[in-house]
Amino acid sequence: MAVERHVPVKDESRVPIRSDLDIVAARQRGRALAQRLGFSDSNLTMIATAISELARNILLYAKKGEMTIGIVENNGLSGITVVAWDEGPGIRDVDRAMEVGYSTSGSLGLGLPGVKRLMDDFEIVSRQGRGTTITARKWKR
Amino acid sequence: MAVPILKQGAYLIASVQSALSDADLLELRNELVMKVGKFRSRGVIVDVTAMDVMDSFASRTLRDIAHMIRLRGAETVIVGIQPEVAFTMVQLGLTLEGVSTALDLEEGLAYLDREKPKGGGDGETARLRE
Repeated sequence: MAVERHVPVKDESRVPIRSDLDIVAARQRGRALAQRLGFSDSNLTMIATAISELARNILLYAKKGEMTIGIVENNGLSGITVVAWDEGPGIRDVDRAMEVGYSTSGSLGLGLPGVKRLMDDFEIVSRQGRGTTITARKWKR
Repeated sequence: MAVPILKQGAYLIASVQSALSDADLLELRNELVMKVGKFRSRGVIVDVTAMDVMDSFASRTLRDIAHMIRLRGAETVIVGIQPEVAFTMVQLGLTLEGVSTALDLEEGLAYLDREKPKGGGDGETARLRE
């Protein structure tokens, strides 16, 4: 599902991503927030893992960036929203980046399609030379 | 060292106690590959019961550990992958191919006990001593 815009975000917190320690900080922050919303254990693990992959992508491709994690509400549902932002080189071919097994960094290449599978909504906005913003949400059902 | 490594008889047991950074995982890999020679260990158990996230990097590093330890002539078993972690790993396509796993520490030890020490005669892995 595409990411719906103009959904108000509450309890937003930002985690700068500059080292591998920030990856751990970001996913712990996300897990704690999702726990407050009452997500199940397997959903908590999925959310934390998705955040981990997104934060690692920032380090791998852009060296630094920021993760924003917050609570969203829409049509009576609440959920968690995760935004991974960087001013890195951007993704040349977003469709390709979403293919399973594709990677330009020599890593496993499961990152983005994997994150999409773990979350409900997923959107990439990327401009070459300008950076990438990935928004992913998961709704509590 | 973020992960304590205990020597128990012919085995090394590494128990993950807390969330691990990428650097911690690489340190664990390097320590195990080194210590398996130092202590002439025949088996390695990595207990991941406390790990709440197994992402692509952690998964790849565990696989690397198992393969490197095998090249050193010993066996590795990963024990304690939690149900929700297993669920997420499969969703991500992280299957730890070629890596032995067991339910918990007890099962891991039983698995290593069953594995015969590999001699040079069977054409498989000969133990390479330092």
